[in-house]
Amino acid sequence: MTNSIESKTANEVICATLSDAVKTTPDLVVLTSDSRGSAGMTSFISDNPANSIETGIAEQNLVTVAAGLAHAHKRPFVFSPAAFLTMRSVEQVKVDVAYSKTNVKLIGISGGNSYSNLGTTHHSLQDLAITCAIPNLEVYTPADQFETRALLNYLIHSKKPAYVRVGKRKLDNCYPKDWSTFVPGKANILRNGADICLISAGETLFPTLQAASILATKGIEATVVDLVSIKPLDTELLHKLAQKFNLILSVEEHSIINGIGAQIATIIAQHAHAKLKILGFPDEPAISGTQDEVFAYYGLDAESIAQKAILSLKG
Amino acid sequence: MNTIELQKKALTIREAVWELIYSAKTGHTGSDFSCIDILTALYFDVLQQTPDTFGKPETDTYIQSKGHAVEALYETLALRGYFPKTDLNNFSGFKTHYIGHPTNDIHGIEMNTGSLGHGLGLGVGVALAAKMDKLTKKTFVLMGDGEQAEGSIWEAAMAAGNYHLDNLIGIIDHNKLQISGSTTSVMNSESLASKYTAFGWDVIEINGNDMTDLLDALHQDNLTSKPRLILANTIKGKGISFMENQANWHHKVPSESQYLEGLNELKAQKEALEND
Ligand SMILES: [Mg+2]
Repeated sequence: MTNSIESKTANEVICATLSDAVKTTPDLVVLTSDSRGSAGMTSFISDNPANSIETGIAEQNLVTVAAGLAHAHKRPFVFSPAAFLTMRSVEQVKVDVAYSKTNVKLIGISGGNSYSNLGTTHHSLQDLAITCAIPNLEVYTPADQFETRALLNYLIHSKKPAYVRVGKRKLDNCYPKDWSTFVPGKANILRNGADICLISAGETLFPTLQAASILATKGIEATVVDLVSIKPLDTELLHKLAQKFNLILSVEEHSIINGIGAQIATIIAQHAHAKLKILGFPDEPAISGTQDEVFAYYGLDAESIAQKAILSLKG
Repeated sequence: MNTIELQKKALTIREAVWELIYSAKTGHTGSDFSCIDILTALYFDVLQQTPDTFGKPETDTYIQSKGHAVEALYETLALRGYFPKTDLNNFSGFKTHYIGHPTNDIHGIEMNTGSLGHGLGLGVGVALAAKMDKLTKKTFVLMGDGEQAEGSIWEAAMAAGNYHLDNLIGIIDHNKLQISGSTTSVMNSESLASKYTAFGWDVIEINGNDMTDLLDALHQDNLTSKPRLILANTIKGKGISFMENQANWHHKVPSESQYLEGLNELKAQKEALEND
């Protein structure tokens, strides 16, 4: 962890990385659906008007136009709130991007519960379930600024369609500042401990790391895994973890239906040994509050994660 | 290519499609026959595209939004030399790439379509890329008229008008029928001409089964700085008398006697052309 360095939003990192990349990658195009401000892409768009396309509040056309651009040898990065991008536009993602194999990078901004008090219309607590079910589409959710930067540098050069879910808030640092590793299908182990395995990704990784620290004060040593690549999944590592541990606890900012926990469960059911506890959002519209209040309510804050781990270990 | 030669090509494609659907026992027969003249004009006269230049940045793009008329596209591409006609022997069969909707696994096909309402937005993307790269290529998108009820078409139409995509040509195969009946009875989309005009398009209305009309419209220079819509009034099932203007031939497969009768009609039309 690199707490001495100022935390940043994923949007800030993405805008800076793309602004750098466009200087040497002139085919890079940013598309927005009246979402440039929410995406933090205003400076990219004003500095690079020839590499920017606005489609208006029309998320279906946003994705289809991006697919047409990619077909015509451009490298489009599409920015829209995850809630709309993965539901309003899901058929365009399935057909025009994934099925047609167009090199479109879909950036779902303000993902998960970022728009906590704006209600279910603006929540994307099912986006991973939806996107992971689409063939030919990679799915990622980075946890901090350094991992986001590494992921972006991969995406800029990759030729495969991908969906990335990022949140809105400043991300606490989970990685060292020179972190540059990103490999599709590769999870990262951030902490080693023999008593319990905690697996998370995205914005719940930081409270999961904090929970591991709380557990350590109570004599419980936790391994902490950052999944980051939700599809492809690091099945090899999950297989090993399922053999090694008696208990795995997954933590996600997503519905417990067909999210990260469910994906882990699929692997564990085939290979293990380990029991699995899934922490996430219940199958109901989320309550209102700040994101921190909502996380605490659903047991996704550090204290709750630690408590759940202790209870589960006791069986 | 002169008009008579193109009309002969269109009849050759009609025979091939009729045969293909009869043999495979599947296909969108009426929809295919409606747009075969449009496809013939495009692939044998208008499109700046050959099997060798297909997919290059400067090459014209054709996107078939009404993907279900794929048999017409397959037989046009085969006759134009994009792939051997024998490739279609396993049409819709086990493990074939030649399925019931277009996919870009096949040489000559740009994008995977079949779900309606996607083609125009794809065309907007390709046309925007051409503008960004200062290419003079054109992008053609063929849509159905029933398809005009899809909201996504109007998102794309608005964007094309907004961006003054005068390098984009939308064509509506306006046969006034869709699977459940007449387009006015299922969901009235008239007037399509005034709707597209209001969205910032230059609209030309023609007889879409008339080769002279088609060539005139498809070759006509666009000096308007607007995207162009060719509203091609067509006859669903055009070319076989008992199939013409019948909604129930949307995806009907001919019986043996219908097949033979249809084949005779097409042969007679070809002979009439030869004697012209
Ligand atoms: Mg029709």
